Amino acid sequence: MRVVGIETEYGIVDPAEPRANPILLSSRLVTACRAWAGERTSRWDYGGEDPLQDQRGFRRSRMGASADLLTDAAEFDATAGRVTLRRRRGSWEDPAHLNAVLANGARFYVDHAHPEYSGPEVTGARDAVIWDRAGDAIALAAAVRYAEDEDGAVHLYKNNVDGKGASYGTHENFLVARAVAFDDLARRLTPHLVTRQVYTGAGRVGLGQFGEEPGFQLSQRADYMEAEVGLETTLRRPIVNTRDEPHATRDKYRRLHVIIGDANLFDVATFLKIGTTSLVLAAIEAEDERLDELELAHPVEAVQEVSRDVSLRRRIVLASGETATALEVQRALLEICRTYATDAGDAAVLARWEGVLERLGADLFSAAREVEWVAKLQLLGRLRSRHASETRPDGLPWDDARLAAADLQWSRLGDGWATRLADAGQVERLATDDEVAAAATRAPQDTRARLRGGIVAARPDLVDAAGWSTVVLDRETDHGHLEVVHLDEPGAARHPLLDALIDG
Amino acid sequence: MAQLNAQGQPYEDDAPEPEAPAPAAGATASSDALDDLLAEIDGSLQVNAEQFVRSFVQKGGQ
Repeated sequence: MRVVGIETEYGIVDPAEPRANPILLSSRLVTACRAWAGERTSRWDYGGEDPLQDQRGFRRSRMGASADLLTDAAEFDATAGRVTLRRRRGSWEDPAHLNAVLANGARFYVDHAHPEYSGPEVTGARDAVIWDRAGDAIALAAAVRYAEDEDGAVHLYKNNVDGKGASYGTHENFLVARAVAFDDLARRLTPHLVTRQVYTGAGRVGLGQFGEEPGFQLSQRADYMEAEVGLETTLRRPIVNTRDEPHATRDKYRRLHVIIGDANLFDVATFLKIGTTSLVLAAIEAEDERLDELELAHPVEAVQEVSRDVSLRRRIVLASGETATALEVQRALLEICRTYATDAGDAAVLARWEGVLERLGADLFSAAREVEWVAKLQLLGRLRSRHASETRPDGLPWDDARLAAADLQWSRLGDGWATRLADAGQVERLATDDEVAAAATRAPQDTRARLRGGIVAARPDLVDAAGWSTVVLDRETDHGHLEVVHLDEPGAARHPLLDALIDG
Repeated sequence: MAQLNAQGQPYEDDAPEPEAPAPAAGATASSDALDDLLAEIDGSLQVNAEQFVRSFVQKGGQ
């Protein structure tokens, strides 16, 4: 069982004041989230992050890094013991970087100029769906609380572009064996990341980073991928990100940080995004050389080629000189991955993967209940047709503001068109509303998120701060210091000290 | 990969120009449910679509 997690940066708007400062709005939203959570939240522990470490083995000099990479505190404590002591020193929260660690093990915070939900560690694609949707529910609950407590309101958008050139991310994290050479990992994973857009795309009106060309494409993020591999996440974004910050035992694990994906409101899209990528990673860990046949000649260009081909018939060039459609590459990956299914969850991923590829290949709109871009294309296509006339047989042109508006409104949390479509029974759900509601306040029970969320839920009064791999306790002791509980094994859901406090 | 072209070069030029499928043709059982929603979307967009799009401005993130 592979440990995975999803992070979502939401678009944020004050509908009454479009020029409102988004950092301030996000900070107030996190405050509202804390209020919604009652006392059951914690600060973030910035003690052990090392965002300057590169997967390729070298460490960036602090002087050479752009300011947005500096998310760690001044110290970097590489000591990985079970419990260590930390000297008390002044640490105050910065309103521009406000955090709430929640009872479900997630982190809700201000990242750059967006509110972000970093979901808890889960062990399968279906749980990833449940705790991803729980994030939407939490963000929405925070927005409701915001409207009660503040003078004004905010609307949240689960998308990745504003159509003015800005993009914000939805990142996937996969725990991968450290033994895999990073170059092999990047090379063998790239064909999958490029072609999985056929079912992970959320759809987008407009082509180009500024939407300068009229049209519709599969993916929100495609036009913002400008390099094959690299450390950056905010400029010259790479298909494979090299940040080496495992939040776990460094000599055992990598945390693969995937930044190419779209924010998804469709369960099947999220399920496949996580499930298929996890299986391809298993094939990579096994050094399956069949993957090499799928290597692409020009991956960065291919991202855009695939995204702009709603016919799904365009052939992209492989490194071997052969060509294949994205669907053909995906079918080949599916066949390879059959070898690596180990449990019922994997089997469900394979079955869904096969079915969706089949439907996309046979009749595009037969996949409209599962694939988000197909549903969006169907809805917007019919919106266009409503305005067809003799002089304009195609109806609304793609650069009509109504289509751009409907595209943005599609992703609005609570009442967006995607949600309305789901309410009308037109979207297949893999998790029930009850499961999602429960996951908003309860952590997954099979990863260390159980400990983080559990202690925040049971004894928030004892928690000074919490991070991905630490819980910092502040309680009466003889030594008088803070106690840092190290959780360096993401799959370990038990810890004697924390269990004793949780069960108290 | 049986369907891969074995030639050393792409023959994209020979392929028919990909065309976007017509959504209306694909709409089947879901038509009625979609119709009501479409009418609502259309109505709401008559008023301020341009202003809505113009004012949706985000700062770049990760």
